[in-house]
Amino acid sequence: MALLDIEGLSVRFQTSSGLFAAVEGVNINVDRGEVWSIVGESGSGKSVSMLATMGLLPWTAQVTADKMAFDGQDLQQLSSRQRRRIVGGEMSMIFQEPMSSLNPCFTVGTQIDEMIKQHLGGSRKERHERALDLLAQVGIPDPARRIKAYPHQLSGGMSQRVMIAMAISCNPRLLIADEPTTALDVTIQAQILELLLRLQEDTGMALILITHDMGVVAETAKHVVVQYAGRQVEKQDVKSLFANPRHPYTEALLSALPERAGDQDRLPTIPGVVPGQHDRPTGCLFNPRCRYATEHCREVEPVAAPDDPARTLCHYPLEDGISPSPAAAGVARDNPQSSPHREVRP
Amino acid sequence: MFKFLLVKLAQLVPTFIGVTIVAFAFIRLLPGDPILLMAGERGISAERYAELKAQMGFDRSLVAQYFDFLKGLLHGDLGNSLVTHSPVMDEFMSRFPATLELSLFALAFAVIIGLPAGVLAAVKRGKTLDHTVMGVSLTGYSMPIFWWGLLLIMLFSSTLGWTPVSGRISFMYFIEPVTGFMTIDSLLAGDWGAFLSSLHYLILPAIVLGTIPLAVIARQTRSSMLEVLGEDYVRTARAKGLSSFRVIMVHTLRNALISVVTVIGLQVGLLLAGAILTETIFSWPGIGKWMIDAISRRDYPSVQGGLVLIAFIVMIVNLLVDIAYGVINPRIRH
Repeated sequence: MALLDIEGLSVRFQTSSGLFAAVEGVNINVDRGEVWSIVGESGSGKSVSMLATMGLLPWTAQVTADKMAFDGQDLQQLSSRQRRRIVGGEMSMIFQEPMSSLNPCFTVGTQIDEMIKQHLGGSRKERHERALDLLAQVGIPDPARRIKAYPHQLSGGMSQRVMIAMAISCNPRLLIADEPTTALDVTIQAQILELLLRLQEDTGMALILITHDMGVVAETAKHVVVQYAGRQVEKQDVKSLFANPRHPYTEALLSALPERAGDQDRLPTIPGVVPGQHDRPTGCLFNPRCRYATEHCREVEPVAAPDDPARTLCHYPLEDGISPSPAAAGVARDNPQSSPHREVRP
Repeated sequence: MFKFLLVKLAQLVPTFIGVTIVAFAFIRLLPGDPILLMAGERGISAERYAELKAQMGFDRSLVAQYFDFLKGLLHGDLGNSLVTHSPVMDEFMSRFPATLELSLFALAFAVIIGLPAGVLAAVKRGKTLDHTVMGVSLTGYSMPIFWWGLLLIMLFSSTLGWTPVSGRISFMYFIEPVTGFMTIDSLLAGDWGAFLSSLHYLILPAIVLGTIPLAVIARQTRSSMLEVLGEDYVRTARAKGLSSFRVIMVHTLRNALISVVTVIGLQVGLLLAGAILTETIFSWPGIGKWMIDAISRRDYPSVQGGLVLIAFIVMIVNLLVDIAYGVINPRIRH
């Protein structure tokens, strides 16, 4: 039984111009101790789908799913009290903006202590010891002094370490990291990722890493979910994803990696932006930006083939880097991406 | 923290000097003359007028008069009232506790109702409760105090007979003033009947005076709560699995209070200004009523002295608010 089992997750927001489907048809099944990654550009609904899992979306959001279970417990059926026992305790989350994710009015120690008190209990002294331990574990120098610090006295990297200490304080079985390094310096990014992976290995917890950086995916994850405009377009283990991307969007993301661009003068990009609420195209949501799109793609919304393990949301999934789409014939010859340039490997 | 206090205190000095100039000039800008008002309808001879004017020191230049006033002020001497001839300081101090008691109760009423109302409105944003709280508070804010006071007197005092119309305590009780607070003095005297009577007399004026601050506090609390509820750290608090009560009352309210406390501090000045109207309506024997009397008699020393003292109190309260602000907000303290 998977630790986190999500089938057909949809999130709709009530807006002034009607319902907006921010996430639709997302499936994730994370087993114990696995490292997963969710990738996609901004606006792909990566964060929203995980916030929905945690139950952290505002009340304007309508969350529905065919199945949403944590360790066999149906998250949709639980009372809010039961759900709060899981959230924070067994399943915790860290966020994109560490500086604003800590409450400015309380010390680091108070905020960690509050979490331990909520889920583990113990005497004040035990909790204090544990908080000091945690701070040391996430690599904060001089924990005895830092524990009394207020968030505004910490740098971004330190704040994220505190957030991580807090998130792992109750020995969660699943940690969701929502772009944990986006707001940090490049040098700090690597340290934080390393820390997350080390903690994951030490504790054996499962990790879901939300990112838009394919390089990060290659270095960390075992399984990858690719999302585009709220839809899950592809789900594969990382090796086959990098070797044989099935969805044209995944292929385009991979080809934008400098390592895979080969000796071209300019990095390939994906023209256009992720469609928002008001400019969603008909048919496949990716069709305006897809090099292989046909008339069929512009008219009919694709569904994943039932026998496709990657559940690719495409009319013409790529086979070994070659699109069977009739439109591919024109682009295939000058298509450097489908040539076997694969310096970046998981 | 000590340095922070010193800086704040130093900032008060120019403000205070400005206040003395305004207070001094304000009453002299009003048409009318204290001597002519005292003389009444029969008038006064020119010689006698000049004699009195010299006696009161009003024959000297305005600048000289101002510096006399300032000199006295530095010695804690605000001069004598032209009407009662007793020191302005004594007159003020004997009445100030009544005003302070009324203002404190009004403020307590405003905070005790306004703060929870604002929090509830924010939590139930867009629901009926929110619209009700905001509608009622807008009405409260828009109402002239004197009109609202008269309405309440008509309903509760005249028609229903629930509360007394005016005064501080029933004439059946005599309480020796110790603190000048009728409620505290009656408790000190161990007289429960007097205590309840003083509360009974206090309730309506306190509600009238507290209505506008109540509305302001409720609205400020709501908007401040809504702002903080959208912060990342509130999401973090919820991600910790805390109860929504704790998320709202600890993580959100604590941060929202920072701006609410500032607004409460500003209300103190408005309370003292509002007290003038409220005290007049309820014949409350405080400084508000005393100031009105002093103004209508052109009692220059009383008016300028009273204004300076009130301004001084408001300034001290705002200093206290700044300190409270530092206590609530660690970003200021450190």
